[in-house]
Amino acid sequence: MTDVNVKLDALPGLDPNALPLEVKNLQVEFRTRNGIAHAVNGVSFDLRAGETRAILGESGCGKSVTAQAIMGILDTPPGFVTGGEILYRGVDLLKLPESERRKVRANRIAMIFQDALSALNPVFTVGFQLAELFRKHRGMSRQDAKARAIELLDLVKIPAARQRVNDYPHQFSGGMRQRVMIAMALALDPEVLIADEPTTALDVTVQAQIMALLAELQQERNMGLVLITHDMGVVADVADRISVMYAGRVIEEAGVDDIYASPAHPYTKGLLESIPRLDLKGQELSAIKGLPPALTNLPSGCAFNPRCRYAQDVCRKDPAPSLLQVSPSRTAACHFWKEVKGDE
Amino acid sequence: MGRYVIRRLLQFIPTVLGTMFLLHYMTSLAIQFSGNPVRALFGDRTPPPALLEAITERLGYGDPCLSQKGNWCIGLFGDRLQSVFFHFDFGINLRQREVTDLVADALPFTLKLLVIAILFEAVVGIAAGVLAGLRGGSFTDYLVKISTVFIISVPIFVLGVVVREFVGVKFGNVLRGQDWIPDVISTGMFSPGFKPDYPFASLIIPGMVLGAVSLATTARLTRTSIMENIRADYVRTAKAKGLTNKRVIGVHTLRNSLIPVITFLGVDIGAAMAGAVVTETIFNVPGIGRLVTMSARTGESSVVVGVVTMLVLVVLVANLLVDLLYAVLDPRIRYE
Repeated sequence: MTDVNVKLDALPGLDPNALPLEVKNLQVEFRTRNGIAHAVNGVSFDLRAGETRAILGESGCGKSVTAQAIMGILDTPPGFVTGGEILYRGVDLLKLPESERRKVRANRIAMIFQDALSALNPVFTVGFQLAELFRKHRGMSRQDAKARAIELLDLVKIPAARQRVNDYPHQFSGGMRQRVMIAMALALDPEVLIADEPTTALDVTVQAQIMALLAELQQERNMGLVLITHDMGVVADVADRISVMYAGRVIEEAGVDDIYASPAHPYTKGLLESIPRLDLKGQELSAIKGLPPALTNLPSGCAFNPRCRYAQDVCRKDPAPSLLQVSPSRTAACHFWKEVKGDE
Repeated sequence: MGRYVIRRLLQFIPTVLGTMFLLHYMTSLAIQFSGNPVRALFGDRTPPPALLEAITERLGYGDPCLSQKGNWCIGLFGDRLQSVFFHFDFGINLRQREVTDLVADALPFTLKLLVIAILFEAVVGIAAGVLAGLRGGSFTDYLVKISTVFIISVPIFVLGVVVREFVGVKFGNVLRGQDWIPDVISTGMFSPGFKPDYPFASLIIPGMVLGAVSLATTARLTRTSIMENIRADYVRTAKAKGLTNKRVIGVHTLRNSLIPVITFLGVDIGAAMAGAVVTETIFNVPGIGRLVTMSARTGESSVVVGVVTMLVLVVLVANLLVDLLYAVLDPRIRYE
């Protein structure tokens, strides 16, 4: 049997000591009939091996688009990466030819999606969809590949894997389906896993099981995890570092404890205050006023200013500051981060 | 699954009986209004009454109900059912040939025609639909959209006659004037009608005419289906798995997109049978369709009832097979 862990031919310029993933000033725009939408506007973050980086933000803030740009699976047109760098161990993926880029997917950087029912092909057995990876990327025979598929289902703790391997996605429950997705992403032993809202479609008890499974597998493999979510609770449990996104930009970046203890951006603060709390039972839940802006028509100045209770004239006139150093290990894109942070 | 098939087979019984009765009633009405079909045998001459009566009796047109306008002729229908289901005897035509023999002679031509039509519409239709669907809004897409609307809007009898005149006669004549073109092509394929010397080549163009309308529908169905699936989440997953573009489209997208198309093609076998009646008449193909048309004209009720009943059975069986195939193609479908 072929060993899965045999790495492919080295990419040109690959530096084993460089970070597994580094995104620098990524720009993505969608060219639509209603104008150009700047879905991602200079997003930067990095990821160390074994680390969990959470990207937090509400729907439409550009977090999924960032993930798709990293994977190179944006729908083009209308989506175009117009600038920035996506470095995998020092190699800029955006400069690779498509044939090389394709080999990076699933082999080195893999992704799991939100809704496993629609993300799995309904007309093929899960065994086929798992085995396909080994057959196409590792040249294994159908038989060997199927044996590996069964091992993978075992790995993600699907009971009776030997029988379930011949089942179709619709025959699995929601949690089991997400386990299949995870198995598929981990099949070729990637160094980076991007999880795009992996638990949103699941109920709370299953969410916890899936997150525990992910954490366990991550630790075993010392794999970097980019966790895209809007669920503050999930983030608090598993993330090491957090990037908060708003309207296509990272507006705050910090370690998980710092953010929960003292947010430095009014948007982050608003998010944290909108978490229902047991000790505040009976009181009205605070929410961030207003709606996120349309990406084709961003407000002048800081994109968050119409909803911000700290906003001053400078916020409405001047563009938001780039990320300001709050402490050695954290940044925030707000003129008034001191007030936000101190105002506890 | 087994129970489902049995239930469907049982449903055949009322459908077949109903069709037979309807056909029986309509052919009886035709005889009641236009007179004894046996007289057609004698052309303009007036037959001796004794001879006419003898032949009428022999062919089974002697029942008095056939001269009472509007009579349901239930007794005659009972006799017909009895001979069809207990003796497998579908009766004889005016020239005293067995209907089963007539069908056996005509069927191969119609089958050939159908195979050509279905192959043509499946291969060309799916290919055009895939090309159009993959690049929505492109030149190919518009070409397919416009040409299919054009084909769908032209009725098959107009299309058939136009193709016969321009391709079979005019273009064929040009080809026949050239020595270097083999006869199979010049007199066989591009002939104005069916040629017994070229039983396959001369059916190609009639088959294409027969398949044309469904080809347009197939192309449009494939196009929509591909466009819908190309943005599906599982296609994105397939891309994220690092599969080649060829595999993402050829395996993951196409397999899902073809489910409705194949269902349509299956059901279309029935429609193509109906279309064959027109196409065979235009191109003079001695198949089932022409047999039914001719018999309906001369009022040979036994032939019409027998042949159409067989056609109904073919359509019913085809539909059942399509429904079963649907479950094979889409594992989410289960029959209980």
